[in-house]
Amino acid sequence: MQPGVVIVGGGQAGLEAAAALRTLGYDGTVTLICEEAHAPYQRPPLSKDFLTGKQEADGVFLRALAYYEKHRIDLILGDRVTEINRGGRLVHLAGGGTVAYEQLILAVGSRNRSLPVPGAKHALYLRSLDEAVTLRQRLAEARHGVVVIGGGFIGLEVAAAARGAGKPVTVVEAAPRLMARAVSPPLSDFFLDVHRGQGAEVLLNTAVAEVRPDCVTLTGGRRIDADLVVAGIGVVPNVELAREAGLDVSDGITVDEFLRTSDPDIFAIGDCSHHPRARLESVQNAVDQAKCVARAVMGNPAPYRDVPWFWTDQYEIRFQMAGLSGGHEQSVLRGSIENRKFSVFYFKQGRLLAVDSVNRFGDHIAARKMLAAGTALTPEQASDETVDLKKLAATQSVG
Amino acid sequence: MPNVTYISHTGETTTIDVPVGTTVMENAIKNGIDGIVAECGGAMMCATCHVYVDPAFLDRLDPIGDEQEEMLGATAAERKPNSRLSCQIHMKPQLAGLIVRMPERQT
Repeated sequence: MQPGVVIVGGGQAGLEAAAALRTLGYDGTVTLICEEAHAPYQRPPLSKDFLTGKQEADGVFLRALAYYEKHRIDLILGDRVTEINRGGRLVHLAGGGTVAYEQLILAVGSRNRSLPVPGAKHALYLRSLDEAVTLRQRLAEARHGVVVIGGGFIGLEVAAAARGAGKPVTVVEAAPRLMARAVSPPLSDFFLDVHRGQGAEVLLNTAVAEVRPDCVTLTGGRRIDADLVVAGIGVVPNVELAREAGLDVSDGITVDEFLRTSDPDIFAIGDCSHHPRARLESVQNAVDQAKCVARAVMGNPAPYRDVPWFWTDQYEIRFQMAGLSGGHEQSVLRGSIENRKFSVFYFKQGRLLAVDSVNRFGDHIAARKMLAAGTALTPEQASDETVDLKKLAATQSVG
Repeated sequence: MPNVTYISHTGETTTIDVPVGTTVMENAIKNGIDGIVAECGGAMMCATCHVYVDPAFLDRLDPIGDEQEEMLGATAAERKPNSRLSCQIHMKPQLAGLIVRMPERQT
């Protein structure tokens, strides 16, 4: 058999790359190598509807097994690539096999950052389906309290699920505000109010000293009883395989605007891929980079320029982000924080950079369209509710 | 159990049983029906599970919510009066025999 495309990693990026290749008419072999025993599944519900019990495990898979057969995607489950032999153009598997490639796509993702304190083994983490199954079970059994270490997206979604189930919850965050890496101070303050209003204790500027089977101790000496401790303190991109193969890596596997690594026959997409613009951890980035890489493999490359977007659900709050707000010089509010329906628009040198929306779905969709089209929007227009953003977005041609 | 018939843009027809309360989108995915993509998994963040509902069933559907209305403005294929996101069509007994047609493209 002629070597074709080998995709390392069965997350959403890897699956969508395989699917996009077939959609574009790629005729060679496509092999998708998944480390987990499960076929590719969605991660977002694991900390949302799956955790709260609204969705079951059989509803998280991205495709039915019949799909892979029908579209000639060779799914290798429960095996791991241990080495890339660039000279021989093949990958070695932990199970002893090798797979030859013409082009290789690394969609190897990221892994949870480990808690750097004594007793870290008593904490649960959430990334995989198996971890989510365990966490859901332990959450149902928790009686005394749940301590969430880390006030980022995952930590706060877990906290919301735990409060929703009536458990006493304490969130311990080392930084001075929540979700500090991704959102601006007004949004951090808003979510602090939301979580406290729901009865969660939220401790900022607070570090954990030790995790024990029945409690967490803080560096200040306080002890918090807990029969469930969950750590969500960020992820680390999986760069080791690429680095050992001699590819350029930094915070992620370094790629150009076409998602090519320093080897022209090897690409990197999803969480592990460090694009010149940023390294992103999201469904949008996984899906759009997958489509972009499929075009490059087909010999029709286009630069990766899609507008980043992201969402999180916490209690009854839907928070949506479009664009990247980092480096903004000005921000304006549209709507009412008090009524929990508002957006914050971020500008740099008069140009719209990003929009964060709380329960303002229309603003979010308009923002995605305007950012894609480069629509001119002034801060005055953004804060003026009589300006119809949908109409403004629609007058611009997209793409 | 009520059933739903999915018709691809090339005319390929598949009829499956759909449990009450589940969505037309999730049953398409579980049954490996091509033409419904659902990149966001039903979170209403994308518009890749777009279908055209057979007009005979339109008045039995729930009204289009604000969010679906916005998302239907971002479909890859033409939006028509009978366009819906299949993640928002929850099966109920009145929808037994529902027919949906998939557009030529979702992205």
